[in-house]
Amino acid sequence: MSTLAINDLHASVLTDGGPREILRGVTLTVTSGSTHAVMGPNGSGKSTLAYVIAGHPKYVVTAGTITLDGVDVLAMTVDERARAGLFLAMQYPVEIPGVSVSNFLRTSATAARGEAPKLRTWMKEMKDAMGVLQMDPAFAERNVNEGFSGGEKKRHEILQLSLLKPKIAILDETDSGLDVDALRVVSEGFNAFREETGAGTLLITHYTRILRYIHPDYVHVFVDGRIVESGGPELASVLESEGYERFVGNAPVAS
Amino acid sequence: MTSLTAPPMDLAPRLASTAIDDFAMPTGREEAWRFAPVDRLAGLLEPDGGSAAVVADPGPFISVVDFDPEDAGHWRPTDRGAVVAWAGARSAVQVRVPAETLVDEPIVVRLQAQGPRAHAHVDVRIGAHSRATVVVLNEGGSDVSGALVTEIGDGADLTMLSVIDGPRENVQMWHWPARVGRDARFTGSTITLGGSVVRNLPSVTYAGPGGAATLLGAFLADAGQYLEHRILVTHDQPHCTSSVVYKGALSGAGTHTVWVGDVVVRREAVATDTYEMNRNLLLDDGARADSVPNLELETGDVVSAGHASATGRFDDEQLFYLQARGIPEAVARQLVVRGFFVDVLSRVGSSQWRSIVLSRIADRLGMDPDFELDLEAAE
Repeated sequence: MSTLAINDLHASVLTDGGPREILRGVTLTVTSGSTHAVMGPNGSGKSTLAYVIAGHPKYVVTAGTITLDGVDVLAMTVDERARAGLFLAMQYPVEIPGVSVSNFLRTSATAARGEAPKLRTWMKEMKDAMGVLQMDPAFAERNVNEGFSGGEKKRHEILQLSLLKPKIAILDETDSGLDVDALRVVSEGFNAFREETGAGTLLITHYTRILRYIHPDYVHVFVDGRIVESGGPELASVLESEGYERFVGNAPVAS
Repeated sequence: MTSLTAPPMDLAPRLASTAIDDFAMPTGREEAWRFAPVDRLAGLLEPDGGSAAVVADPGPFISVVDFDPEDAGHWRPTDRGAVVAWAGARSAVQVRVPAETLVDEPIVVRLQAQGPRAHAHVDVRIGAHSRATVVVLNEGGSDVSGALVTEIGDGADLTMLSVIDGPRENVQMWHWPARVGRDARFTGSTITLGGSVVRNLPSVTYAGPGGAATLLGAFLADAGQYLEHRILVTHDQPHCTSSVVYKGALSGAGTHTVWVGDVVVRREAVATDTYEMNRNLLLDDGARADSVPNLELETGDVVSAGHASATGRFDDEQLFYLQARGIPEAVARQLVVRGFFVDVLSRVGSSQWRSIVLSRIADRLGMDPDFELDLEAAE
C-alpha cells in the first residue's frame, strides 16, 4: 500500500522575466489501487503538477509538501523519485538519438530493480510487454522516440510503465494525439498494468474520452493552479456536457 | 616544386613540394593555421636532424622499409608540417594489397615511434578490384607528424580507420591524402581521442570517374585538448560522390575543437553528389568548438551538393527524460554522449572496430565496462 500525498503545493516556473506562480495550493492524496482523474482547461497548470511531482528543473516549489509513503519527495533528485516508485508518462516524450529502445529500457529496469536483469529473460519480458501493446519487436531496435508517431510515443510510455512497475503512475495527457484505435490499445495496456500491480494513478487530461477506457474513482477539476471541485466519476459526465466554463468563472487563467 | 592549378578564390593548397623552404613558418595568421596554437606545434614545424622513425610490426600485407622519396605514393607535402615530416622521415610503413584480393581480416598497423619526436610515412596501396580494411593505430607517447598516403585502385573497396588515442600530452600532426580510383569506394574514418594538440588533415582526390568517398570522424576532447580536423575533398572527375560526417563532443575549460570542411567541385566534375556535415556537442560551458563548412562549386551540373554544421549544448530535456526513468544523472549523460556517436560509428564499415571504438569512448566517458558490453549485447 503506497500513498502519494500532496499538501498545499505552490510552484513557479522559471522564466526570463523571473519566476511566475502556476500551482497555487494543490492538495491531493493518491493511494494504491485508486485512480484520480485531474481535468482542467488549457493553461490551468495541470501538466505543471505532473512535472513538479517528477522534479523537472524548470519549476521551483515555493511552499507545500509532496511525500511518498511519508518520505519527502521534494528532497529527491529526479532519478531518485523514479526509483522510489513514481512514474510520469510524458505528454511530449523527447527523442534521444543513438540510444535504442532496448538499451534505454534495460538501463531503466536496471536502475529501478537495483541490478541488471538477465539478458535472456529480459528479452522475453520486453517482448511480452510489447505484445500487450501490439508493438512490433523491431521497435526495440529503434532510437528512443526518434521518428515515432504520436501513437508509438504513447505506447512506448506505457511500455515503460509496465516494465518499471511504479507504485504511483502519473499520466500526463496520454490521450493527446491518439486516434481511437491507439487510445484503446494504450488504455488496455495501462489497465493491464493497473490490474497487475494495483498501482495508484494520477490521470491528467483535458478531454473525457480517455475516461471511457480508463475508469477513474475520483475526478478533480483543476483551474488556475488548484483543485476547485472534486467528486466521483459523475463529475466527468458533468464536464463532458457542460465544459469547464462553470468552474473557470472570472478566475484569471495561467497561460 | 609543382604548382597546383587553382582558381583564385579556392581554399585548396597552392603548392605541393618536398623542399622545406617552399613553405614559410606559419605565424598563425594564415587561413589554414588561424585556429591552431602554432607555438605548441613549433617543435614539429622546424626541421630537426635528430628525429626518430615511426615503424610498425611487419605482418601480412605490412612491411617497413627505408623511406624513399621516389617511391612514397601519389602525394607530396602541401604545408610546412608535412614538408618537415617528409624531410625527417626515416622509415616508411607500407601496406600493400595486390590486385583482385579480398582480405577479410582487418589489417592492423600499430605505429611505434622510436623517439620522443618522430616522423611517420605510411603508404597504403590497395590494388584494383581488391577489398580490405586497414586500421592505423597511433597511441601516442611521442610527438609525431606524418602522412597516411592512401591509394585505392580502380574498382577497389577500402575501409580504413585512423585512430589517435593514448596520452594527453603529445602533439600530433597528420595528413591523410586518399586518391580514389575509377569506380572505387573508400570509407575513411578518423577517431581522435588522445593527444594534447592534434591537427589532422584528411583529403580526397579522384583518379577517375565513378569514385565514392565517405569520410567519417568522431572526436572527444576534454581537459584543454586542442583537436583540429581539416577536410579537403576535391572533385575533378565526373560522377563521383563524397559524404563527410564528423561528430565531436567536448568539455572542460580551454578545450577547443576545430572542424573545417572544404569541398571543391571543379568545372569538369559534372554529376557530382556531395554532402558534408559536422555536429558538435558541448558538454559544459568551458569548451569551444569552431565549425566551418565550405562548399565551392565551379559547375552547377551536379546531382546534389550540400553542407550542414551545428554546435549545440547538452539537451537538459533528454537528461530529464532519462532520469525520470530512474537512470542516475552520470549514466544518463554517458548514454546520451555514446548515442551521439553511435550513428557515425555504425557507418565505419567494420562492426568489430565499431565495438572497439565504442568501448574506448565508453572508457573516456567513465562508463562501467560491463555496462558498455551489456549495451552492445542488447543492440
